[in-house]
Amino acid sequence: MRRRLLLLAALLLANLAIAAVGMLRADDVGTGKAFTAKVGLVFDLGGRGDKSFNDSAYRGLERALRELPIHGEYLEPGDGADRESAIRLLAARGFDLVIGVGIMFTDDVLLVARDYPDVLFACVDMIVLPDQKLPPNVIALKFREEEGSYLVGAAAGLATQSKTVGFIGGMDMPLIRKFEAGYRAGVKAVCPECKILSAYAGVTPEAFKDPVKGKELALAQFGRGADVLYHASGSTGLGAFEAARLAPPGTRRLVIGVDSDQTHEAPGHVLSSMVKRVDVAVFDTLKAVSEQPHRRDIAGVRVFGLAQDGVDYVADARNANLIDAKMRERIEALRRDIVAGRIQVPSQVAPAEVAP
Amino acid sequence: MDDLFAVVEQVIRIAMPYALAAAGGVVCERSGVVNLALEGLLIAGAFSAVVFAHLAPSVGPYGAIAFGIAAGMALASVHAFMTVNLRADHITSGIALNLLADGLSRFGLHAIFHSASNSARVQTFAEGTTLWTSPLTWLSLLAIVGVAWWFSKTVAGIRITAAGDHPEAAESLGIRVARVRWQAVLVSGALAGLAGVWLAFEQHQFTAGMTGGRGFVAVSAVIFGGWRILPAALAAVAFGAGEAAQIQIQAAGTALPTQLVQTLPYLLTLTALVLVAKRARAPGALGATDR
Repeated sequence: MRRRLLLLAALLLANLAIAAVGMLRADDVGTGKAFTAKVGLVFDLGGRGDKSFNDSAYRGLERALRELPIHGEYLEPGDGADRESAIRLLAARGFDLVIGVGIMFTDDVLLVARDYPDVLFACVDMIVLPDQKLPPNVIALKFREEEGSYLVGAAAGLATQSKTVGFIGGMDMPLIRKFEAGYRAGVKAVCPECKILSAYAGVTPEAFKDPVKGKELALAQFGRGADVLYHASGSTGLGAFEAARLAPPGTRRLVIGVDSDQTHEAPGHVLSSMVKRVDVAVFDTLKAVSEQPHRRDIAGVRVFGLAQDGVDYVADARNANLIDAKMRERIEALRRDIVAGRIQVPSQVAPAEVAP
Repeated sequence: MDDLFAVVEQVIRIAMPYALAAAGGVVCERSGVVNLALEGLLIAGAFSAVVFAHLAPSVGPYGAIAFGIAAGMALASVHAFMTVNLRADHITSGIALNLLADGLSRFGLHAIFHSASNSARVQTFAEGTTLWTSPLTWLSLLAIVGVAWWFSKTVAGIRITAAGDHPEAAESLGIRVARVRWQAVLVSGALAGLAGVWLAFEQHQFTAGMTGGRGFVAVSAVIFGGWRILPAALAAVAFGAGEAAQIQIQAAGTALPTQLVQTLPYLLTLTALVLVAKRARAPGALGATDR
């Protein structure tokens, strides 16, 4: 019995040691130069290399490290439980700014921010209720995804030949419904008669990393006549690109990427990408902190829309054969209308729209 | 008609990995070894196939398939060693191996592909290969039918059943129970590894967590099939059909809330459980560690 307990204790210790080493293997990406602020990023599920959201945040950090006098580190926690401890770890080590990359950090950031009032915290995509008062050291980085989605929706509406387009969401939640709402409005703005198919991969965060499901959802929509799909589903959407690659000769299957420029995922089949400039939001925040580490004036909700270059769509030489000059002109006109406030893009799907 | 055909294809694509892993699960459990490690075996097969295709593209898809199967067997041999030789708790060993496979695949993604979640895209069979022209489809079907035949018509299969139902009696007849169980666990590793290859080949890449609990769906197919190979494969097809129905209902654009439609596969699973649970009989010595 005693031996067994000892063995158990030893195993537990070994486990803790491994966990600790895993956590502390924070990748120090600083260059050893003099710095005015220490900043840390904690990545979301998926981590660096997700070809999407996290990679975009990382680009912001990279740029900041090149251009600003800061010292930066990042962590990639494995499971949900590690999120809070990762943030806490960086805060406890005296970082000036800790950024949680992703909506899942909302509660963790709020919790840890109260324990470390001297540290500034930011959360990308943070959920903030209308009447909620944020602690004075918390920055909520929000995006007008519906505005970017509106523009790619317009691109889809102009590009479709079958007058049927599709939408694939990851987890069914308000954040992703925002993408759908903007997309729907954009499609209808240029193609009122277009039919819009919509599907979600699931109702848990795992719905963002199931490419097998994503491929089947995409094949089902292509099978029902859609020739352009927009996915807002993380790694799940990689399956949609695979589905597009399976296009029988002579048929058109296009996918619109999300978060990052995903043109390389299925060359020739990517109409555009709705890029969410997480890198811009991260860089801007890092810049403000590097200029004045203990400032509180940038705390609160900061919104990045079309006007702030926080969201955009991809149109360049690589997809010029799919989005021609005339289409582009039309989309740019819509962009100007949104920025000027002449078009209000909805951020919720009206119930009546969902019915066929 | 075309639509119906597309749905049938979809059911096959979704159900094949379930059926493969479930067939392996049946063989393993009939020998008396509980196999909750199917999820981990899927991960091992999928990840290894992609790594092989990435590092040795000149060998071609058959090399990747073989390597994926071998990886499934390698991980399964750990399960066999733990349960048969060390007599560890079968469920604990299975869960530990699932965690191990998940962790190793993420570690490998970092080490080989420098990404926390995705591998590079790899080549499998030539562009334009369809479900019906893909050798993997026929190989998988052959594997299921072949194992079903081997299990029910050969002495080796009967020995496995004996080892699982009454190991003492089997031993007294000269059957080397430990050896028979090793064999059965390795077969499940090979089949689940092949199921993992299927997932990886469908996507041409590995994504962390891409197995998404499919190993556990296979475990329930084993139980629904009453620990028989062909019924378990049929249960797998039923689960696949449930998922396909859920996908098609969404694509058809009904006003039903997603959450409701999403519950369809689970509802089917529960109904099936209620219907078959009474009749199903588990192997007599399933999970026993006392001998």
